[in-house]
This record gives sequence, structure tokens and C-alpha cells, in this order.
Amino acid sequence: MLGTEFEKAVDEIVARYPEPKAAMLPVLWEVQRAKGWIDGASEDWVAQRLGVSSSHVHGVVTFYTMYKRNPSGKYHIQVCTTLSCMLRGCDELVGHLEKRFKIKIGETTPDGKFSLMRVECLGSCGTAPMFQLNDDYHENLTLDKVDKLLDNLP
Amino acid sequence: MEKILTRNIHRESSQSIEVYESNGGYQALRKALGSLSPDQVTEQVKKSGLRGRGGAGFPTGLKWSFMPKEKSKPHYLLVNADESEPGTFKDRLLMEEDPHLVIEGSMLSAYAMHADACYIYIRGEFVHGTRQMQKAIAEAYQKGYAGKNILGSSWNCELVLHVGAGAYICGEETALMSSLEGNRGWPRVKPPFPAQFGVWGCPTTINNVETLACVPFIIERGAEWFAAIGNDEKNSGPKLYCLSGHVKRPGVYEAAMGLPLLDLINEFGGGMLHDDRPLKACIPGGSSVPVLTAAECDVNLDFDSLAKVGSALGSAGIMVMDSSTCMVKALLRIAHFYAHESCGQCTPCRQGCGWLEDILDRIEHGKGRAEDIDLLKSIADNIEGNTICALGEAAAWPVQSFVKRFRPEFENHVTEGRCVVAAPA
Repeated sequence: MLGTEFEKAVDEIVARYPEPKAAMLPVLWEVQRAKGWIDGASEDWVAQRLGVSSSHVHGVVTFYTMYKRNPSGKYHIQVCTTLSCMLRGCDELVGHLEKRFKIKIGETTPDGKFSLMRVECLGSCGTAPMFQLNDDYHENLTLDKVDKLLDNLP
Repeated sequence: MEKILTRNIHRESSQSIEVYESNGGYQALRKALGSLSPDQVTEQVKKSGLRGRGGAGFPTGLKWSFMPKEKSKPHYLLVNADESEPGTFKDRLLMEEDPHLVIEGSMLSAYAMHADACYIYIRGEFVHGTRQMQKAIAEAYQKGYAGKNILGSSWNCELVLHVGAGAYICGEETALMSSLEGNRGWPRVKPPFPAQFGVWGCPTTINNVETLACVPFIIERGAEWFAAIGNDEKNSGPKLYCLSGHVKRPGVYEAAMGLPLLDLINEFGGGMLHDDRPLKACIPGGSSVPVLTAAECDVNLDFDSLAKVGSALGSAGIMVMDSSTCMVKALLRIAHFYAHESCGQCTPCRQGCGWLEDILDRIEHGKGRAEDIDLLKSIADNIEGNTICALGEAAAWPVQSFVKRFRPEFENHVTEGRCVVAAPA
């Protein structure tokens, strides 16, 4: 589906477990890494490869919040809004981002560059408020720091 | 107290195996494989009084002793690195800054329970931690600390990092097993217990990252040394405390088990964030444990002391709230978390958590009714004890404790139709 390199990587993953089904989460990560999101065809492929039904794979993809079922923005901003971040001003941060991008939480900018999401505790309470931008945590944020960071993104 | 768990973290290249070994790293694993039987390792851990640092505080040596004495199936050790309890960020620190400590602790523990493989389940959001752990695991394999014939012995044990994908519930040990097997993260009824029928139907033990990080020190310096740290032998050892919220210096601080909460806030944490906003409330063990009023904060941070005052040490996520905090808004934010994270299996949790959030939302936005406050308690009381896993209790306890200790604030929201806690600009 995604080439021999991809299938080799999947084979290596499957070999780490006593049953192929256990490779589910890491294989879905490989799909998302390769395609940017997980579509129905990918779910079918994974189901076949791991010996389960497509509906089982769909159940997994829809359960875990980090698997994307649609393409998202180039920059996926996930703002933590749980208690410790709330105490240190995350609501103001969210408002600032919504205003800057002219979108609401859960939306993507029309040019496809930025997606804004609200997420639960990211395990960074000591450096609140913060957000995760794609793979990276950005901590101890102020509105100024945020603007500088976003202004300088390629 | 000298730095024990955090002794490496500020050293240059602390993550590398060279730095780890230069500071005595992997000596405990060598000692165990060279001169101790697996049962002797378990005995030491039992004697040390080590209790689980993931949230439940269950005696670790006792948990290990549940594994079958006769081996008829593969044995598995699962490392719970799914740290997601709000207020908690200590396991992340260990994995990012001293991954070999986590690996040595895991392999020592795997040895104690005759494990054939050790899977480290790390939450998907910890991308940086995942990279550090991956590198360290590769280094460990190269040096013969994992894989076939570990340190020249006849023991084989694979060490595999397994990355989660965003689900708090996967930190619950049976949900972690469901997820590892390739399913939705649904908790399972116990019994059967993991040690009898765990992952892939095999004897399994699940331990928290920090718990396992204690094991090399217990083996190296002795159970008695570990048991002597802290105020009493039932609450022993070094402890990582996660301080967050309205303090000047939030962060992870290591101290002996039993550190006074006020010392954590004032000595380690630099005191309250704003000098003119005094302490109002504190959740001492991650959002799942009952909140304490300021008056109740004169307490030691250990399992039994906090249990005595009707709360818990939990995951040691200490969240400090000052006088500017609206307790209704804070509880609403917590309730949203549990409603979002409920796996959906059990009706009381699936329906109850959402209902609690809806009521709190109405109260917060001036649409509360007088009967809503007792209704909150009634719903929480009916979730508690009626679910497959402890997320039910975790959702119920904040509601019960906030309403009990801060009831006038809830009543005010209802009668005034708004929040009367001044929120400064």
C-alpha cells in the first residue's frame, strides 16, 4: 500500500509482539507518519495485515485522540487546558490564538497552515501554560513568546 | 536528603550510557544477576517498604509475589509510562533526563519475576521522552543489559518501547493491557488479576516508572537503607513531588517521603505566586484525589498521612490554588477532564461524568438551581463503587470533596447567578 520500505517497517514492528494484533498502535502510527492521517483504505490494509476486522481497526482509531481521521493543518497546535494550565492562564492563551488565527478551537485556518485543538493534561504542569506544536512541547508560554514563535515558523 | 532519583538529571549528557555507568549505573543489575536469585530481589523490595508511585500506593514487593512460583507461560513486566494524571510530570522527567535509570530498574524488576519481555508503554504525547528512551534502549542492548543472555547469564528478556496514542485511561493497568494487545483501552474486571491472567493470557506485573526507578538503589544500598528514608517504615524512600499552580517555582522536587506540604510550597516552591493572594486550596495527589482546604494543608505528603485527612498521595501531583481561584470553575475543568477521558464501558461513569460536567457548567454560568448541589453529590455517590475501574472514583472524589469543603461558593453561584470570587486582571 505504501511501498516496500513501509511494509518492511511494519514487519519489524509485528516481530516485537507474540501476536500481530498487538502491533496495532505502532502500525497506525507508521501509517499516520507516512500519510499525515488515517483514512478508510489504510484501516482496511492494517486490518488485513494484523488479522482483524476493519471495524476493529476503526474502533481503535476512533478511541485514541492522537490518531487523525482527517488531514490537519501543517502546524497542529494542541493547547493544554486542564487544571494546572488553567490556573496559569491557558484560557487567555486560547483566546489569543483564536483571535490571531480567526478560527475557533477544533478548526483549521483556510490556508491549511494551522489547526487549533484543546487537549487534556500533557504532563507539563510545572511549565504551564503550554502547548504541543506537532511533536514539540512549548512551555512557560507568554502571549509575546507565542507570537514570536508563530511569526518565525517557516 | 542527598539526591537519589534525580542525581543524574543535571549532568551533561545525562541520558548517555557512558554518563550513567560512570556514576555507578548498572552495578545493581550486575550485582543481582551475579549474586542474587530473582526471589532474593523480590525479598529486598518487600523489605524496603517500596509502595507504588503511580497512584495506588500498593506495596510493590507484595504485588511481585503474586506472580506464579511455577512458570508455565511467558511472564511479562509492563512499565506504566502513560503518565496522564493531571498535575503529574515526574515520570516524564526521569525518562527524558535519566532513561537508563528507568531501564535498569525495569530490567532488575523483570529479572525478579522471570520475565521474558518487558514492554514500556509510554504516552504518545511524550515524543521527546520516546526519543530518549529509544536511544537508551538501543545502548542497553549493545551493552548486553537487555535481549539474549543478559550480562552473560542464561536469562533472555526483550525490552520494547510501545507508544500510546492519547488516552488517560490507558494508565489504568488493565486498560494498558487491553491497549497493548491492540484494542481500545478498555479496563477489565478483576479478578482475574494480571499476575494470574494478564497480557496475552500470561502472568503480568504492571509498575509505574518512578516505582521501578527506586529498585536499583534498593538492590545497591539495601532494603534497610531505603526503609529508613522518611518518617516511618510504611511510607519510605525518596519521592518525586510535582508542584504546580499558584506558586513561584513550580517543578519536580525530590525529598524524603513524608515532606510537609507547606514546606514543599514555601521552601521548595518559593511560596505563593502572588504575595497578596494566600493559599485557598490544594489537591495533593493528582486531580483524582480529594481537595484540601488551606487549613488542612498542614499535613505530611505520604500515603498514610494524607489518607488520614481524607485525601491521598496518589501520583504526588500537588496543585496549589490561591484566593483568586473560583472553586466552581476549577471543579468544572476537572469534571470536563473525566467526562472526556471516560472509556464509555460503564453506564454510571459514561453518563454520570457527562452529567456532572453539564450541571457544573450551568452553575458556573449562572444557570444553577438550588437542588443542583445535592444532585452533584448524588450523582458522584452513585458513580463511586459502581464501575469496572477506578476512573469512577477519580471522577466522583473531586466533586464530593469540592462540594463538601467549598459548598458556600457553589451556593453563591446559584443565588447570585454569577461568580463572586474576584478574578484579577
